[in-house]
Amino acid sequence: MAETIERKTLGKIRPHQTQNERLVFEKSAPGKRAYKLPPLDVPSVDPATALGNVRRTQPAELPELSEIEIIRHFTRLSTWNYAIDLGMYPLGSCTMKYNPRVNEFVSRIEGLAEAHPYRPESLAQGALELLELLQKCLLEITGMDAVTLQPAAGAHGEFTGILLVRAWHESQGNARKKVLIPDSAHGTNPATAAICGYQVENLKSNPDGGIDLEALAAQVDDDTAALMLTNPSTLGVFENEIHKIADILHAKGALLYMDGANMNALVGKVRPGDFGVDVMHLNLHKTFSTPHGGGGPGSGPVACKQFLEPFLPIPVLVRKTGNRDQGAGLGSLHWNYDRPKSVGRVRAFYGNTGMFIRALAYILANGPDGLRQTTEDAVLNANYIRKKLEDLYELPYKTPSMHEVVFSDKKQAAKGVKTGDIAKRLIDYGFHPYTVSFPLIVHGALMIEPTESESVEELDLFVEAMRSIAEEVEQSPELVKTAPHSTRVSRLDEVQAARKPILRWRPQAEPSK
Amino acid sequence: MRYLPKSPAEREQMLKTIGAQSIDDLFAIIPAEYRLTRDLDVPRQMGESEIVDYFKAAGEKNATDYASFLGAGAYRHYRPVIIDALVQRGEFLTSYTPYQAEITQGTLQAIFEFQTMIAELTGMDVANASMYDGSTGAAEAVLMAMRVTGRHKAVVARTVHPEYREVIGTYLQHRDLATAEVGYDAKTGRLDLKALDAAVSEETAAVLVQNPNFFGTIEDVAAIAAIAHKKGALLIVSIAEAVSLGVVKPPVEADIVSMEAQSFGVALSYGGPFCGVIAAKEQYLRQMPGRLAGQTVDGDGNRGFVLTLSTREQHIRREKATSNICTNQALVALMATIFLTVYGKEGIRELAEHNLAKAGYAAKTLGDVAGAKLLFNSAPRFHEFVLQTDEQPAAWQKRLLDEKIVGGVELSRWYPELKNASLWCATETMPRAKMDAAAKVLARVAVEA
Repeated sequence: MAETIERKTLGKIRPHQTQNERLVFEKSAPGKRAYKLPPLDVPSVDPATALGNVRRTQPAELPELSEIEIIRHFTRLSTWNYAIDLGMYPLGSCTMKYNPRVNEFVSRIEGLAEAHPYRPESLAQGALELLELLQKCLLEITGMDAVTLQPAAGAHGEFTGILLVRAWHESQGNARKKVLIPDSAHGTNPATAAICGYQVENLKSNPDGGIDLEALAAQVDDDTAALMLTNPSTLGVFENEIHKIADILHAKGALLYMDGANMNALVGKVRPGDFGVDVMHLNLHKTFSTPHGGGGPGSGPVACKQFLEPFLPIPVLVRKTGNRDQGAGLGSLHWNYDRPKSVGRVRAFYGNTGMFIRALAYILANGPDGLRQTTEDAVLNANYIRKKLEDLYELPYKTPSMHEVVFSDKKQAAKGVKTGDIAKRLIDYGFHPYTVSFPLIVHGALMIEPTESESVEELDLFVEAMRSIAEEVEQSPELVKTAPHSTRVSRLDEVQAARKPILRWRPQAEPSK
Repeated sequence: MRYLPKSPAEREQMLKTIGAQSIDDLFAIIPAEYRLTRDLDVPRQMGESEIVDYFKAAGEKNATDYASFLGAGAYRHYRPVIIDALVQRGEFLTSYTPYQAEITQGTLQAIFEFQTMIAELTGMDVANASMYDGSTGAAEAVLMAMRVTGRHKAVVARTVHPEYREVIGTYLQHRDLATAEVGYDAKTGRLDLKALDAAVSEETAAVLVQNPNFFGTIEDVAAIAAIAHKKGALLIVSIAEAVSLGVVKPPVEADIVSMEAQSFGVALSYGGPFCGVIAAKEQYLRQMPGRLAGQTVDGDGNRGFVLTLSTREQHIRREKATSNICTNQALVALMATIFLTVYGKEGIRELAEHNLAKAGYAAKTLGDVAGAKLLFNSAPRFHEFVLQTDEQPAAWQKRLLDEKIVGGVELSRWYPELKNASLWCATETMPRAKMDAAAKVLARVAVEA
């Protein structure tokens, strides 16, 4: 079996060699160097004299290598990764879209990359101006009134947003007790509510996978602080009764929080601020093309309505009014820390500025027409895949799809093949798997989000791969259940990894294979 | 639009395949009254050259030709060029969190190497894959200590970075967790051990200190640990300047270390993205927040790596997770890993010694200026020091700016009792000539052009 798989072209895949590479520590030899410091232009200081008993006497076992070995080490490691640059990455909810290279280039421009956060504001106007422009763009895109760029990632944005909710309720005399969260929500939502001191109350989805208005009306009470809603939902479905949802909440004094993970389905077409959302976060690493980088850095700005503005984290960017006597039109930008109602600071300094630069470069590259076309293409691609696969894969919810489509493995499970197996088999066809077993309300979910970045050719290859796998499930289910067959490692023993964790290399460890 | 790989004809064909008349059909579910019928009011679509010009102009407006004595939690160190060459490989840059281990072994092995290096440097048993930054990492470390001990009070040194303390305050405000602050010895700038002893009780979950502390002085971690441990509290050491570990004794007596690794090859970038990380004694592993890469074997017995112990995390445990953290700082952690590989065992010590020498010279030169004196001069320090001047800092700051030098950060905004005091930093990148020039400006002696 292995013989035939290895030799023939399968979808996008032809076998090629990847090189083995040991841990960097195992390549180390004393005396090798990859650095050269310039000669000191000041007298040297003896650490023993200067530091006494707080001096380090035992060096850390860091590796010693030459520069070419380091280049080869990390380059070889890189070839073991799949990436958007290699092909479609249909991870639903994660929005793996193209990361434009001009973003990387401009984020490294000297005056921006080397700016110290405490430099005088007079020397930081360039950075502050682009932060201000990004804020304006995000407010226009979301239809909200105020924004903070400080949160470091989506979950951190959720935390900030729920802090705003709580601070506002407290200012009304009652923090309230619970946050409602649909059973289709991201895991970060309940975890966030708990951190902010709220009880989490689960909200069951209706038969269409959306919010059940009757259940919501019954559950919202004077103890409800907010509903955390993802819209479009994690099923890729727009909550078309969103205004009623907002009305039900607002009638009881509760707020509507929107998880903006799926904002890429809405940009330029509809604005959360117009349909009743009080506060939301954005993931710049999803909608606005900043790279995921193997798991970060992200950035999670929070936008809110005016009544929540006084509670935003400090500092807040403000423009001083221009001095008319001197004929200046606009005053300079500065950070305002004097915000007595603020929920406080959620991180040091001002946020992930490097990500703001990239996101703004993306918005400028698109303009209003490009942003709208991007959204339309993302939705077009998802619906194309849905149409091309719905005869072979079960579609548990027939509601119209926006930017992603969720199938279930019901038909394949009859043959003993699960969504996780199909996902692994997809690797053999040259694709990254879709999101597996999420959202939780779909048993055996296959959550597919192509994004706008895929051409018809790549989409057709993906469809072909999925159809071929469906056929394999019928003909030779074992082939799918034991996939992947083409990767440099086969399925890894996760149980062993968790039972006896080895989380670091140690000197004198067993030599590698 | 140049990022969109479709021709108008292909779009039409796809709509036909789907069975839609127009693209609007696909958005029909959105109630008409909310649909946007106008263009967004954002700048028009720009060419790539225009975008580059826009950001270059912003960079120039920011000014680049200033020497800077700023530190205080964000440090300028030289960044070897291979860092950016390697992290811009698309396979690292445009890859997702390595949940699909078979096709993300590169990222996973790199994280495993990062965890190892951090554990080695800090003297801890294990380290995680990264946190957002040093400030949120410190807050998460306090919450972790609370879970480990089941206690509900924390004692925080006033010499922890003021912004870190603010973040801790934000994180704890809705937890049943009271914090007390402990001051510093006016002579040494080190933690007031007597006050600490009085503040720690059997209800204290954790003592949090920074080392080197915010004033740049190095704490007696062993003595602090003894006080904390005597009452069963955990000791958390926050490290804002990671390069210090090249010459400063690692906090082996600590139970948890929260570190900001920005100094390891990460650009200042006006404050972020940086790279937090939490390291700890092995017995506290299961209360650790954040992702962890672990070694295992594949079906054929080959070594491989996976994300592990994820039952601590939000995507499995939801509201019972150790933290809500999801995305962290993987690519920045990779920068740190490459930086540490470049410098290596000897280089990190040599680099730290250069910092020690530069700061030693800067402190002496500036401290010798008439009307200026060093505070906390009797305690050991790394590359930061506190200078007190007869003049108000605003006065000499302005004179320095005229000479294209940015002086130290004024401390009174956080420590009103330290009048006319400022925190200065000199790393290996600071030329002697700039230190001499700064001293002349402070002394009101003309600087030669």
